[in-house]
Amino acid sequence: MSAGIDLDDVCCDFGSFRAVDHVNVAIQPGEFFSFLGPSGCGKTTILRMISGFTEPSSGVVRIGGKDMRGQRPNQRPTALIFQNLALFPLMSVADNIAFGLEVRGIDKAKRRARADELLRLVDLPGAGDKMVSQLSGGQKQRVAIARALAVEPAVMLLDEPLSALDLKLRQHMRAELRAIQKRTGVTFIYITHDQGEALAMSDRVGVMSHGRLQQVANPRDIYDNPANGFVASFVGENNILAGSVGAVGQGFASYDTPLGSFRARMAPNTGGAVKLYVRPEHMRFTAEAQAENSVPVTVTDVAFEGNFISVHALSENGTNLVAELRNDGLGNTPAPGAKLHISFDAARAAILPDETAAEA
Amino acid sequence: MQDLLRRYGTGLTGAFVLLTAFWLLVLIVLPNFYLLENSFRPYLPRVDMGGPLDTYSFDNYAKILTGSSPTEVFGLTVTLPVHVKSFLLTVGYSAFVTVLSFALAYPLAYYLAKIVQPKSLPTLFLLLFVPLWVSEVLRSFAWFIILSLKGPLNFSLLGLGIIEAPIRWIAGYRSIIIGLVYTYVLFMLFPIYNAIQSLDTNQIEAAEDLGSPWWRTHWRVILPHAKPGIASGAVMVFMLSAGSLLVPVLLGSTESNWFTQVIQQWMFEAADWNTGSAYAFILLVLCTVFVSLVMRVFRVKLSDIAK
Amino acid sequence: MHKTRNYLFHLYMALFLFYLLAPLVVMGGAAFNDSRFPSILPWRGFTTQWFTELAADGRMWVAFRNTVLVAVAVVVLAVPIGTAAAILINSITGRVRTVLYGVMVAPILAPGAVIGISTLLFWNQFSVPAGLHLSVFGQVSYIAAFVMLLVLARLQSFDVALEEAALDLGAGHGMVLRRILLPHLYPAIGAGAAIAFFQSIENFNVTLFTRGNADTLTVYVFSKVRTGITPTINALALIMITVTLAGAVLYELRRRRLERIYGE
Repeated sequence: MSAGIDLDDVCCDFGSFRAVDHVNVAIQPGEFFSFLGPSGCGKTTILRMISGFTEPSSGVVRIGGKDMRGQRPNQRPTALIFQNLALFPLMSVADNIAFGLEVRGIDKAKRRARADELLRLVDLPGAGDKMVSQLSGGQKQRVAIARALAVEPAVMLLDEPLSALDLKLRQHMRAELRAIQKRTGVTFIYITHDQGEALAMSDRVGVMSHGRLQQVANPRDIYDNPANGFVASFVGENNILAGSVGAVGQGFASYDTPLGSFRARMAPNTGGAVKLYVRPEHMRFTAEAQAENSVPVTVTDVAFEGNFISVHALSENGTNLVAELRNDGLGNTPAPGAKLHISFDAARAAILPDETAAEA
Repeated sequence: MQDLLRRYGTGLTGAFVLLTAFWLLVLIVLPNFYLLENSFRPYLPRVDMGGPLDTYSFDNYAKILTGSSPTEVFGLTVTLPVHVKSFLLTVGYSAFVTVLSFALAYPLAYYLAKIVQPKSLPTLFLLLFVPLWVSEVLRSFAWFIILSLKGPLNFSLLGLGIIEAPIRWIAGYRSIIIGLVYTYVLFMLFPIYNAIQSLDTNQIEAAEDLGSPWWRTHWRVILPHAKPGIASGAVMVFMLSAGSLLVPVLLGSTESNWFTQVIQQWMFEAADWNTGSAYAFILLVLCTVFVSLVMRVFRVKLSDIAK
Repeated sequence: MHKTRNYLFHLYMALFLFYLLAPLVVMGGAAFNDSRFPSILPWRGFTTQWFTELAADGRMWVAFRNTVLVAVAVVVLAVPIGTAAAILINSITGRVRTVLYGVMVAPILAPGAVIGISTLLFWNQFSVPAGLHLSVFGQVSYIAAFVMLLVLARLQSFDVALEEAALDLGAGHGMVLRRILLPHLYPAIGAGAAIAFFQSIENFNVTLFTRGNADTLTVYVFSKVRTGITPTINALALIMITVTLAGAVLYELRRRRLERIYGE
């Protein structure tokens, strides 16, 4: 039923512009896989190559182990959910959902029964006779999913389908999509620039930049063990410090910056320019200086965000550092002007290839 | 092309291309090519066609220079070949009709676009459209009745005591001009209306707020914005007027001879299709020159004119 | 100050409408005037005699039949041609598009007499005699451009993703055209067909040069006016105006209703 997808050294050029650059990834059957990256990073092109609307310039796309070269979109076992959904405005909801079955010559009564069944699956029972224009944004979303599911695809391809929805609905639809994927067992390939979406729904995430796959890993590893500076700063926030690597040993290295010398994790064979990345939520404030990775600062600004508090502090040499503190509800927050020490664990900080180096 | 093949496959793309090619080649390009080709060949009896006499020459075009008639222009008597005179009068009067139509249509277009209550627009447009639904031959016929010596116009004017003796309206070129303006003024109105309508009313108010008198607002703000519409209207009215045959025949007097009438005489009365096509080609060149001129002067593209 | 100005504008509008519509009233009214020469003044009494005479006019009925046949043929040819050309030109860009577009819209701007004569000469080259079939070809050459422009405008609002979605769901190319693209274009195609039909009925210039000896209504009215008119022509005119206006009103009402249903 569901099939895996292999991208084997795939490239795609538009004129002299290389949209996708030597991408290799094996997506498992039944997996929820997201491509995450800023706009223009090549993720949509990958989707169009899988669905067959764009041919790779080189390399092979395999679906279920079968080479897809020369297969047109209507011959591939994929169903695409478009960014704007592309629901047929002149057909009823049921006709939209049953369109793929109509194409396959299935008779009217069966089509209708299947459409109704799918409408129940996406929690829209009885909406079959409505026109598309009568539906709300979230309802259209569900219809698009039902229409794609109707052809029983081995792979579902979703091109930022939630981007047009408001925040509340988006969060609700995330859970819904995940549930539908689990229920049907179909391989989902999801394209998004929203890290929250990618991390919350996916089994694995592939982070892309400038046509290249920067890292493929499960959401936790993407966030906690980013492969390079681009992944670290595209997914989540960072304090980034520039300096030079000192002594190296046992997965850690010392790193010298104008703020002082720090110790942090470092992968063994990192060559080229590196920087130190520390997430704001791994920063903490103490009254006394700590044994290592500690900087004396003055608090400049405290922003209350609800579930957390964002604290900006200035070091003696004028470097701005940000910490995010969990709101414990007790009001234990540094006040602006307070002179404190900011510090972090060596295990929570990483020395990574520079973001700009990864982009080049 | 690549895009079409991908979207519709070979069969359908082929059908689109064939239909379009049939239109462009068989219905447009080739007929005009034969028009040109025939215009250079002499008018011969059937047996001589393709014979030694059937050679290309400019003789048919030269015929326009034969025969002369004295004409008075601004007090000066100029002797012109009769068909050249007819051609020049056609061009001149068509231009006059175009200017007159603009003068009539512009205030109305402005009124419809910026003054009238939007809710009465559909009704007004329905009324304005009525003459367009009535065929040109009937509209000319209506004026034929109105302008005739014992027609309603003279009857009313006499009855009101405005004139003492009936006026011969159908004389010279004036009845043709009356008919052409009536028939084609709407082709000037709608493009200008569309153009003015797309002008942000705030711009007019801003001009007034800055102390601009009404005529300056029109000259500096509204007219420049309406330029594409005026170009489109001018092209339509001029072409339709210069190419009209119905109005000159139905409303023309014994003194008038529109250029299309000359063509028609060559085609049907002299049955000389070769000279007819030479004259038709001259008319086509005139229209092409006029369109390029308007496009140059108004700095608009063909797609602006064709709406 | 604006008040006087607006008053003048309203007055001008009213005068203009009078100018546009009064001739049609004169022409229609003359159909009922009991006078040999078509006029409304002086009024010599109400009669329906001209309608009876018209109904007995065999030549008129032939011309009427010819007009409808030509118009139907023009619609049948111009609509597919214009639609295909619009789809074609919509998918190409650059210089080729400019040239093709120019050739397509040129016949709208060319004088009807030129179109008529060139059509006549071209087919004469292949020994095809003049006749209504040539009128059809001549008319299609410029009427197809109206259809093309309407469909092209409608294509601008078409979302190509809809076609891709259908292809992705397994539809073949024919199905995509029939179920996705054409339904989107139907309003423009319908309007194009209506315009083609009326343009054909109204056409005079092209028809005059290509018709051979056959009559259409416009040519018939034209020759009647030239040879001696009686108010039967007014009777015919009144009927034609009434029918086309009824058609126009129905079309407008339908359009407004559809607009209400589908909202823009």
